Amino acid sequence: MKQSTLCSAICLLTLFACAEQDGPLNPGANDHKTLQEALLVAEPGAVIELGAGRFELDATLSLDVEGVTLRGQGMDDTILDFASQAPGTGGEGVLVTADDFTVESLAVENTQGDGIKVEGTTGAAFRSVRVEWTNGPDTNNGAYGLYPVQVTNVLIEDSRVRGASDAGIYVGQSANVVVRRNEVWENVAGIEIENTTGADVYENRAHGNTGGLLVFSLPELPVKDGRDARVYDNDIVDNNLPNFGKEGAIVSTIPAGSGVIVMASDNVELFGNRIRNNQNSNLAVISYLSTGRAYNDPGYDPYTEGIYIHDNEFVGGGDGPNGAFADAFVELAGGTFPDIVWDGVVNPERLVDGAVPDELRLYIEDNGDADFINLDVGAVFAGGQPDVSTDLAAHQGALPAVPQPVDLGAATGGAP
Amino acid sequence: MALRSRGSAIRARLATAALTLALAGCTAGDGGSGDGPFARYPETLSSWDLFVGEPADHVPATGVEPYDLNTPLFSDYALKFRFIQFPTAPDGALQPATYRDPEPFEFPVGTVIAKTFAYPADFRSPDEDLRLLETRLLIHEQEGWVGLPYIWNEEQTEARLVIVGGPLEVSWIDGSGRTVEHTYRVPNTNQCKTCHRTDGERLLPIGPHARQLNRESVYADGGGGPGGAENQLARWQRLGLLEDAPAPAEAPRAPVWNDSSTGSLTERARTWLDINCAHCHNLSGSGRTSGLDLRAAHGDRTRLGIYKHPVAAGQGTGDRLYGVVPGRPDESILVYRLESVHPGVMMPELGRGLVDSEAVALIRQWIEEMELGTEA
Repeated sequence: MKQSTLCSAICLLTLFACAEQDGPLNPGANDHKTLQEALLVAEPGAVIELGAGRFELDATLSLDVEGVTLRGQGMDDTILDFASQAPGTGGEGVLVTADDFTVESLAVENTQGDGIKVEGTTGAAFRSVRVEWTNGPDTNNGAYGLYPVQVTNVLIEDSRVRGASDAGIYVGQSANVVVRRNEVWENVAGIEIENTTGADVYENRAHGNTGGLLVFSLPELPVKDGRDARVYDNDIVDNNLPNFGKEGAIVSTIPAGSGVIVMASDNVELFGNRIRNNQNSNLAVISYLSTGRAYNDPGYDPYTEGIYIHDNEFVGGGDGPNGAFADAFVELAGGTFPDIVWDGVVNPERLVDGAVPDELRLYIEDNGDADFINLDVGAVFAGGQPDVSTDLAAHQGALPAVPQPVDLGAATGGAP
Repeated sequence: MALRSRGSAIRARLATAALTLALAGCTAGDGGSGDGPFARYPETLSSWDLFVGEPADHVPATGVEPYDLNTPLFSDYALKFRFIQFPTAPDGALQPATYRDPEPFEFPVGTVIAKTFAYPADFRSPDEDLRLLETRLLIHEQEGWVGLPYIWNEEQTEARLVIVGGPLEVSWIDGSGRTVEHTYRVPNTNQCKTCHRTDGERLLPIGPHARQLNRESVYADGGGGPGGAENQLARWQRLGLLEDAPAPAEAPRAPVWNDSSTGSLTERARTWLDINCAHCHNLSGSGRTSGLDLRAAHGDRTRLGIYKHPVAAGQGTGDRLYGVVPGRPDESILVYRLESVHPGVMMPELGRGLVDSEAVALIRQWIEEMELGTEA
C-alpha cells in the first residue's frame, strides 16, 4: 500500500511540474517584494525555487495558491530572516492558506511570531526545514516553529526547530499527521500534538527542551478530543530546560524535565521509545483535571483513555520533580517520580460494574525494569485518601484496538 | 466627517515636506499588476470610472454612492472615503443591492466597493491638505469578490495597482499639535483575503451591514432632507439601490463607538470589537482556531474570552492567564494585545502599526465595569 501511495504522489508531482521558473529567486534589494509577488502570481502547482543566501524580510510572506512547492537550496543555505519584521505586517513568518503546500530545504529564522503557519487546508508537507530563534531560549521568541492548524494530511520530516517559546513542532486541531525524523531542542515544548486525530510520531529526537513530547487534548477549542496517536522509536532525552514560556499558555505550566506527557488524548500507543534523564518525569499520563485549570466547555472530555505503553526503554529521570502537580503529589511517590506516572483519574460515568472497560484502560508491558505509580489523584480531589499503587500487574495486557498507521495518500507530496 | 466635504474639500493638495513615498516608481511589472490572476485588471484606478473630474477629488460618477459606517475599522488613524459603484443593467438602470441582516448586504455581480485611505497634513484641519495613500477595491466577479490595492502617486494624479502592497512613509500633525512619523502599510492581495474571508471560504465585504449603514449622512447633491442630510438606507431605497429593506427605524443600528449618546458602554465596546476583530474572530474566520468569537451578537462568555485560557498566543499572553478578566483590564490578554505593536503579540495582526489609544480606553472601561456574573 505504501508503494502505491508513493507512486501516485510522484505522478501528481510530475503533472504539476508545469510552472517552472527560469532560475531561482535570489536575495537582493527588496526581498519581501520579490518573494511575495512570486507567491501572489504563482500558478497552481508551481515550484518556487529560492537561491542560496539570506533573504531579509520585513513582513509576513503569505501564500493562497494550491499545490505550490517552496524550495530552497538546503536548511543551512537558504535562509528567510524575519528579524526586521514590522508591526501590522502579519503575525508569522510564512502563512499558508492553500491546499497541497510543500516547503523544503530552507530555514526560517527569528520570526517575531510563529515560524511557518498553515491554516485550514488539506495537504501540508514540511521537509528538511529549519526554524530557529538564533538567540536560543527567550521568552520573547515566537510561539511555534512549524505550525499546521486545522489541516488534514500533514507531513513534517527531517526538520529542526530551536528556540520556540511555546512548541517547536505544533500540530493543532488536525487529522492524519506524520511527524518523523525531526530534531527539536531548546524549545518550551519540543513536539506538541494537540486536539488531533490520527498521528504517527516516530524517529524524532527531542532533547534539551522543557518538555520533550506532548500529546494533548485541550478544552474551549473548535476541534476537540484528540485521539489515535502512535508515538514510537523516538529519543526523548534530557528535556530539563527551565520553562521560558509566558504565563497563560498551557505549556508555561509544563515542569522542566518532562519527557513525554499524554493528557486527555485517547487511544495513544507509545512503544520503542528511548526516554532518558528527564528530571521531572520521563512519562506522565494525566487527565486535564489534574492541571487544576478551570474550563467552560460542556462538550470536552478531560479524561485520558485507552493508553498503551510497551517496549520502551527508560533511563534515569524523575529525580527533580517540580511544578504544581509535583508540589501536590510527589510526596505520595516518596519524593521522586518513577518512569511512568499516572494520575489514576478515570471517568466515573464510563465505569461498568465499577471497572474501567477494556478499551479505556491504561496498559503497560515490556518496558524493561521501568517503574510506575498510580497516584489516584481523583480520590484526593474527592477529599479522600488516595489508593497509591506501584503495581504493574493491574496494567498488564494490550489495548484491544491499537491506532492504525496514518495513510497520508498523495496529498502531501508523497513519502520518500 | 461629513460626506459633503468629499466633493470639494477632498481636494488633495500634496503636503510636500511632510509626506514622501517609500514605494517610488511602482510601474507595471515591478510589483504592479504583474502576471497570473491579476493580469486582467486595469493598472490604473481611473480605469474603473469611479470618479469624474480630477481623480483625487473623488467626485462620484453616476451610479457611485458615497457612504460611511457607524463604527469603522481602525487603520492607524487614516481617514477613509468609501464608495459603492452599482452595476448597470442592460436597460441602463442601476442594479440594486439586496438587504440582509445580520450578514452584509448582497450586491450584484459587477459591484465595485472602493475605499480610499488618506491623512490630512494636520488633524486639526482634517479637510485640508489631504494626502491620498491607497484606494482598495473589492470587485464582485461572477466567481466571487476580489480585493485589489491601488497606490496613489506622489503627484496625486493617479493610483496604480500594486498587488504586493508595501510600506509608505507618512507623517502628520495630530490633534494635539504633535508631529507623528509613521510607516503605513498597504496590504497585499492575500492580506485582503485574510480579513475579508470572513466565513473562512469566500471573500465578503465587511462594512456594508444594515447596522453599520443605518445612519444619517450629509450629501453633496443635497440629499433628501434639510441641509443635505439623509439616512443612508433611506437614500439607497429612494434611489432604487436597495431592495427588500425595512424602514431605517425598523433596521438595526450600531452605535458610534466614541459617542456615548448612541449606545451603552457594552454596546459600543462590543461594536468596536465586532468591526475591528470579528472578521477573523468568528466561528469560521481565520481566528476560529483560537475559539475566540468577538462578534457583537452573541452572549457566550467563554467565546468572548471571559475566563478563557489562551491557546496559541505564545508570548502574546503577556503573562496573563485569560482573554478577559472582568474588572481587571490589566490582567486581560485582550487589552495586552490591543496595546502592543510587537508583530508576535499585537492584534489585529494586519492593518495597524499604531495603538488606537482611544479605543483601548473604551475596552478597558468595558472590562473595568464588567461584573463577574453579568452577561457581557
